[in-house]
Amino acid sequence: MDLTILGAAIAAGIITLATAIGIGKIGSNALQSIARQPEAGDKIRNAMILACALIEGIAIICAIICLLIVVTK
Amino acid sequence: MNTPRIHYISLLISLLAHTRGVPCCHAENTPKEENHLLEHVADAPVWHFATINGKELTIYLPIIVYKQEAGFAAFSSRKFWDANHHPTSYQGFYLDHHTKKVKALDGKRVYDFSFSKNAAGVLLSLLILLVLFMSLASYYRRRPIHKAPKGVWLLLTLLVCFVRDHIAKGNIGKKHYRRFTPYLLTLFCFIWLNNFLGLLPGAANVTGNISTTLVLATFTFLVTHLNASKAYWHHIISPPDIPKWLYPIIIPTEILGLFTKTITLMMRLFANILAGHLVLLSIITIIFILKTIFASIIVVPIGTFMIILKLGVSFLQAYLFTLLSALSIGGAVASHE
Repeated sequence: MDLTILGAAIAAGIITLATAIGIGKIGSNALQSIARQPEAGDKIRNAMILACALIEGIAIICAIICLLIVVTK
Repeated sequence: MNTPRIHYISLLISLLAHTRGVPCCHAENTPKEENHLLEHVADAPVWHFATINGKELTIYLPIIVYKQEAGFAAFSSRKFWDANHHPTSYQGFYLDHHTKKVKALDGKRVYDFSFSKNAAGVLLSLLILLVLFMSLASYYRRRPIHKAPKGVWLLLTLLVCFVRDHIAKGNIGKKHYRRFTPYLLTLFCFIWLNNFLGLLPGAANVTGNISTTLVLATFTFLVTHLNASKAYWHHIISPPDIPKWLYPIIIPTEILGLFTKTITLMMRLFANILAGHLVLLSIITIIFILKTIFASIIVVPIGTFMIILKLGVSFLQAYLFTLLSALSIGGAVASHE
């Protein structure tokens, strides 16, 4: 039983959890504000995409770190 | 206009900066077994397209190395294999097959300037971009100004207008956006095209290589800071409304903050594209691991979905890189009105 690989797997799971929570909050707030004011839909969509992509950037960087842990073990 | 010349030069510099792409991971599980998955996404001195009926379709790219005593040596990488496809050495250099680097037989330091697979991939996309956009320019020159473009020229015009209106004008401001639109357009089209081409089998994985994204992020850094206004530097060197005894803490943090944006730009593009390629390759490799063709009933739909996702990701990552560059440039160029 290799603890390094177990550690990397658990880390990947935690990253997924955190990213999903963050992007879910952004998405729900964006939907609420679009429903409240449909004319501002374009601006809200641009801001949502920007925020989502920044969060996903961190998530994917950490995924690569987990991959590095497994491969260079 | 002197801005187009700067872009040709910067593209040329990015070509020369591809000395050797570092393979992203070392696969050293056992000495005998090589990691075929990572070979597909790593850099190499030859461009291996496919192996058809035992015959290999490869392009043997030139190797240009420099050793302290021997000076420059340039030869085709074909010389590293002899007639029976066994690896040999040539002129005192040999190719280390694990790390795919050129080493000297006597262990001295070798400076490697070879033209690797990624550099050839960059050249290919450069060629495609040049052909596309120069013909677009000549199309516009020939046409009377009031007629709308048609067909594929309309598509390219939509792309240019998208970058100019949504990315450049919205973020840099009406006064300065025209100076930076060529750079942003080059960045967008180059990244999108390379992400796109990397999905094909036998293609060079250009943007999934950390060297390429480092160079692109450095260009953004240089463009931002060479054009920054005085107000921008004032904010960093002497931020207003801060008591003077906090300066030793604030100023290093501000200087670090200059670099974190660049580093995150680089890592985001690299990690997204690399992860996409690795996942796609792993899914296809499931068929080879299970050694049965009936595994393809599950693998092909998953693979199709993944490749559609990768097409979306390639556009999104190009858009995001360009958007964040435009934001940095806008923040640097803006002056206090």
